[in-house]
Amino acid sequence: MSEHPILAVNGLGKRFGGFVALENIELTVAAGERLGLIGPNGSGKSTLVNCLCGTLHNETGSITFDGRPLAGLIAHQRTRLGLARSFQLPKPFHTLSLVDNLRVPLLYTVNSRAGHHLHGSEVDARCHELLRQVGLGDKARRLPRDLTQVEMRKLELARAVATRPRLLFADEAMAGLSPSEIEEILAVLFRLNEEGITIVLIEHIMRAVMSFSTRLAVLVAGHKIADGLPQDVVRNPEVEKAYLGE
Amino acid sequence: MRNATFWLLAGAVGLAVVLLTRVFFTNEYFFFAAYVVLQYIVLSTAWNILGGYTGYTNFGTGAFFAMGAYSSAVLHKLPDLLQSTFDLTIPAIPLPVMIVVGGIVSGIVGLGTGYLTLRLRGVFFAIATLALAIVVQTLIVNWDYVGGSRGIYIIRPANAPLGGGYIQYLYTLMMVLSVVAVGIARTIERSRLGLGFAAIRDDELAAEAAGVPTLRLKLIATTLSGALMGMAGAPLPYYVTYLDPTSSFNLAYAVNSVAMPVIGGMTSWIGPVLGAILLGTIQQLATVTISSALNLLIVGLLLIGFVIIAPNGIIGLVRARQRKRAMAVEALSERPVERPAQ
Repeated sequence: MSEHPILAVNGLGKRFGGFVALENIELTVAAGERLGLIGPNGSGKSTLVNCLCGTLHNETGSITFDGRPLAGLIAHQRTRLGLARSFQLPKPFHTLSLVDNLRVPLLYTVNSRAGHHLHGSEVDARCHELLRQVGLGDKARRLPRDLTQVEMRKLELARAVATRPRLLFADEAMAGLSPSEIEEILAVLFRLNEEGITIVLIEHIMRAVMSFSTRLAVLVAGHKIADGLPQDVVRNPEVEKAYLGE
Repeated sequence: MRNATFWLLAGAVGLAVVLLTRVFFTNEYFFFAAYVVLQYIVLSTAWNILGGYTGYTNFGTGAFFAMGAYSSAVLHKLPDLLQSTFDLTIPAIPLPVMIVVGGIVSGIVGLGTGYLTLRLRGVFFAIATLALAIVVQTLIVNWDYVGGSRGIYIIRPANAPLGGGYIQYLYTLMMVLSVVAVGIARTIERSRLGLGFAAIRDDELAAEAAGVPTLRLKLIATTLSGALMGMAGAPLPYYVTYLDPTSSFNLAYAVNSVAMPVIGGMTSWIGPVLGAILLGTIQQLATVTISSALNLLIVGLLLIGFVIIAPNGIIGLVRARQRKRAMAVEALSERPVERPAQ
């Protein structure tokens, strides 16, 4: 693990009217890490991801990505910096074929960065390569509505990965899937991590989180109550209290 | 088909239609009617750039259209005004210049409207555009220079360029505008811009997350769409020769430019063209044979019919059939037919 964190969150707070969704969140993610972010429903996990990715605006605190403060940058600018996300409920571009779904991030994110720009046939080749990597190679011309639930999750991940991110937030990529499907998604995530993408996994399925994460952070009611090695965190009495009651 | 080829082909078709009709039709009424159909091709294509490609329903077509018409009225009176106030003599401004100015004016208004309203989505955006139409109409009604609520008479130049009568000239100009509008729409559809528009239409949050600058793209759409509507409206004063707010802000423009893409199909450039030709022609025929009051009834009935039977328009029907056939072929090639044992 490198010394400089790829993501540093300091004192982040977010309110919806009088409701405090997040308060004074401190979080660092090291490059190459696999961080599991857990917490009961409504604890603020997705809100945190939304604040980090620029979908929501955090009122207090600062976010630094790769040494660069993200204040004032809107979602697509953060994506272009290398911060990608998948959505909790898959949001495919439903009138576009699978290839075109991936063409969007390639043309708008990868090609908007300095350096080599992909041209027509390279874009096509990259789309098909990405689809093959998640096992959707033979459905390139299909529409998202032809996909099963697990395939939809894979498309969601592929579209996030297509942006060539350095940090990926996988927001409940496995909710509602069967054990074998969870294994499929985990395999994809492990491979992405090996390729050098730092991954923050937001997940309820503890078996998946425990096998995937090298570190675990726990959110409860907008506060981070634990952060550390997975086996230590799950034995933490506060975490037990939050999940099981007193 | 490559883009350049398409532009050439569209230009050639437009030119051929103009030449053939001007040779074979001597009745002026044909050009009066055909002008309206062509005007609707421009309007519905323009509407579709925002409504069909990016998914923002605009009910303010009348405002953008009338803004083009009124900017022409202002330019028409401009030489007189300069003469009387500054004793400055300038020649009458040619109609193509007015069309460009009308486009610029409506384009700027489109940009401004977009900036103010694009935070709204769905039905709220539609209501805001409807409000825009009313605001602009109120401004025009209270602007005396362009006739206020009385309206303004526009006297056509005595001689029409390009030979033939003035209506043939207007018809030819509108054909050029149609070719330009359709060409722009198709170019967008096949470009990176069109892909971004489609992403916005399908899911704006996901589009942002994929790196699409949604606000900028939506502003491009409102500006382009508004500009083309203004260009369609610019020749109107010379077509009707009497311009008044009630008819130039007519709700029929808004209704038709929504209905035509819906009937033709909103995801492709050809949809609005088909819808405009179909609906425009039916309306013109009904006006002559039955009554002009029947027009909106026809639109309404067709719209209901299409929403029930073919919600994705004519194009949607064709695409669904193609898709079904492709899937059948794929299924056959994947699974060789097993013969049951005899």
